[in-house]
Amino acid sequence: MSEFREKVRAWLAENVPGDEELANAKRFQAALYDAGLAGITWPKEFGGQGLTSAEQQVFDQESARYDLPNSVFRIGMGMCGPTILDLGTPEQKARYIPPLLRGDEIWCQLFSEPGAGSDVASLQTRAVRDGDEWVVNGQKVWTTVAHLADFGALLARTDPDVPKHQGLTMFLIDMHDAAVTVRPLKDMTGRAPFNEVYFENLRLPADAVLGQVGQGWLAAVTMLGHERVSIGGFVRKRHDPLAHANLAETARRYGRDADPVVRAELAKLYAAERALALFNVRLRQEAEAGSPPGARGSVAKLAGAQLQQQAVAVAGLIAGPRATAWEPGDAAGEELALAINQTPSSSIAGGTDQIQRTIIGDRILGLPREPVVDRDVPFRELRVGTQRSA
Amino acid sequence: MQLVLDTEQQQLRSTVRKLLADHNNVRSVVDGDGAYDAVLWRHLAELGLTGLVVPEELGGAGAGHVERAVVLEELGRALAPVPFFASAVLAADALAALGDTEVLPALAAGEKIGALAVSPGWGPAPVSATERDGGWVLDGHAPFVISGDVAEVFVIYTADGWFVAEDARRMPLTTLDPTRGQAKLEFAASPARRLDTADPAAVLEEVRDLASVALAAEQVGGIGKVLETTVEYAKMRVQFGRAVGSYQAVKHACADLYSTSERAESLLRHAAWAADHDREALPLAAASTQAFTGPAYFAAAASGLQLHGGIGYTWEHDAHLYYKRAKSCELLFGGHDAQLARLAGRLDGVS
Ligand SMILES: Cc1cc2nc3c(=O)[nH]c(=O)nc-3n(C[C@H](O)[C@H](O)[C@H](O)COP(=O)(O)OP(=O)(O)OC[C@H]3O[C@@H](n4cnc5c(N)ncnc54)[C@H](O)[C@@H]3O)c2cc1C
Repeated sequence: MSEFREKVRAWLAENVPGDEELANAKRFQAALYDAGLAGITWPKEFGGQGLTSAEQQVFDQESARYDLPNSVFRIGMGMCGPTILDLGTPEQKARYIPPLLRGDEIWCQLFSEPGAGSDVASLQTRAVRDGDEWVVNGQKVWTTVAHLADFGALLARTDPDVPKHQGLTMFLIDMHDAAVTVRPLKDMTGRAPFNEVYFENLRLPADAVLGQVGQGWLAAVTMLGHERVSIGGFVRKRHDPLAHANLAETARRYGRDADPVVRAELAKLYAAERALALFNVRLRQEAEAGSPPGARGSVAKLAGAQLQQQAVAVAGLIAGPRATAWEPGDAAGEELALAINQTPSSSIAGGTDQIQRTIIGDRILGLPREPVVDRDVPFRELRVGTQRSA
Repeated sequence: MQLVLDTEQQQLRSTVRKLLADHNNVRSVVDGDGAYDAVLWRHLAELGLTGLVVPEELGGAGAGHVERAVVLEELGRALAPVPFFASAVLAADALAALGDTEVLPALAAGEKIGALAVSPGWGPAPVSATERDGGWVLDGHAPFVISGDVAEVFVIYTADGWFVAEDARRMPLTTLDPTRGQAKLEFAASPARRLDTADPAAVLEEVRDLASVALAAEQVGGIGKVLETTVEYAKMRVQFGRAVGSYQAVKHACADLYSTSERAESLLRHAAWAADHDREALPLAAASTQAFTGPAYFAAAASGLQLHGGIGYTWEHDAHLYYKRAKSCELLFGGHDAQLARLAGRLDGVS
């Protein structure tokens, strides 16, 4: 057992982001807040700046020159916060939004389960009413930053006797509760940015409900909409090795910049990068003019994943054998390998490419939906994931 | 930068769309003699669209490139068989850049049709100019002149600079795209007028950039139309007891068409905006737009045809017209490889 403890300790020490990194992120976010640069388009009442997307765009453009150290707040700022602003009570907004903007509190999104990924509505985590409270039992998986999170937006089943989409409720939970266990989960890059999360008789007060009881699917769809816009609208960081400018620089450094094939592929990549960036500007300008992006966030999300793959292909073309082996400690080699290994996440996380295409087809183009077999069946009677529901 | 059309621009769009719906005769041109739709051309001229970006004092409407892009999108959507791209874009832009005031008003008014002669890779046409009796004459030929079969005024870029001529022998070519003619022009001691400019090559570059934007507008219009008709068809066509659009293979291909369309439009809006408001950004914007829209239109047209199944491969269906237009557009200006090389060259100084 002590050998195992050693192993756990050593692994955690190496893989969990250091306190220093976290403290740094919080310091930076607090400084942003103090400078009046956090929550640029969020309501003033809750600590935001109440400005327009034009200011947000300026901020995004300028900050893209740097790698801002506050990505740990991305789920809170991009997804949970906006959903609370959409659906929360005044008390919930007042309690959660200002500390989120100040960088005091980190959020995670507790949707996916081993048996429920693309089909989130088939989740099995249960919340059972007990007097004024709710008692939660179940498991979540692939939960990004759960190990650092103070709060989570939890989707749970509150009624298994109605069809699956109707029996869900969203809760805002305290991740430090003793009834919540977080276990780091290693991803294919060898790091552990996400987790498994277990709930064992987690007790929640009635005011933990976000939106209405039984209306969790609406809350989930609201959050997933914000998620797609947030992921799709993500601006490439200055030092992202897959950004066109950096790949062009790499090509120069490796003496590959005169190769006509490399030049052509870099040119294609630039055009695709611009197309997506300008599409995002258009979405924002349209939202400003009164038509919100709706499901069009899926285009940004899908195109972003494709761009990532295209960039990896160009990187491989430029680097050749340097992408396969490098001197220990060679930062360029490590960076490129990490970029290659992270690529699959962009077409899975936040809804797979397949799911995005279906959303575009159904909701934007109005194509007929696929026949569904489980829409009107009580959840209790469904086959879920790879097992049968309890 | 403004990437969303304002109310007036949207109105312009509906006006042109309506005009094209009422008057477009693409089938009679395709199945007939392969010339152009003269009635439609007259209507476009009456609306002042043939001289849209030409200054008012030269007989134009003095509008911007964003507006011209709107018109070109509609022409591209409808595959309107009129020499707009050749005359109101290529020739008019060259004459405007060269400061010509003699022929441009006639072109702007749609009274005369112009065409531009360059080499296919946008170098000098293989035409030589000789000074004779105080004037100039041209000898040689210009291959692949867009709408050269119907044009009356030729703007020619040669190793000796820019010229305008009206006497050339037009030899119409058979074309992949039946909605837009091409011709080989022959000059044999043909009288010409020289258009003086300090830097002929710089004029060519500018004309080419504006042409890239204009062509992208046609392409974006074409992609939009392909998307619309394909989605309509996928909703209606039933196989195996379901509308084919409910099958993921079909639905996802439609989603990709949509994604392509949205991104191509975004590039176009920016490039057109840059043509009006940020000429410094134009070369890069124009080149990156063409690098994307060329293959995007062809892929969309091919996919749209595929999703129509057998009916898409028939002569009666319009799918092949878009397919042919898209491939022709992609091969213009030296083709996609040349577009990429041009963009790569412009990126060298950018980081
Ligand atoms: C890096 C990363 C971070 C993540 N972070 C979080 C997080 O913070 N919180 C959270 O809740 N979740 C998170 N997830 C989970 C993520 O949302 C799911 O992995 C994703 O939605 C896919 O679900 P799945 O893994 O169960 O795959 P499945 O749904 O089992 O899909 C398997 C395959 O089938 C395809 N498929 C499934 N259904 C359909 C369909 N109807 N039509 C066509 N194809 C279909 C999929 O596209 C996929 O190719 C994260 C995942 C990753 C990779």
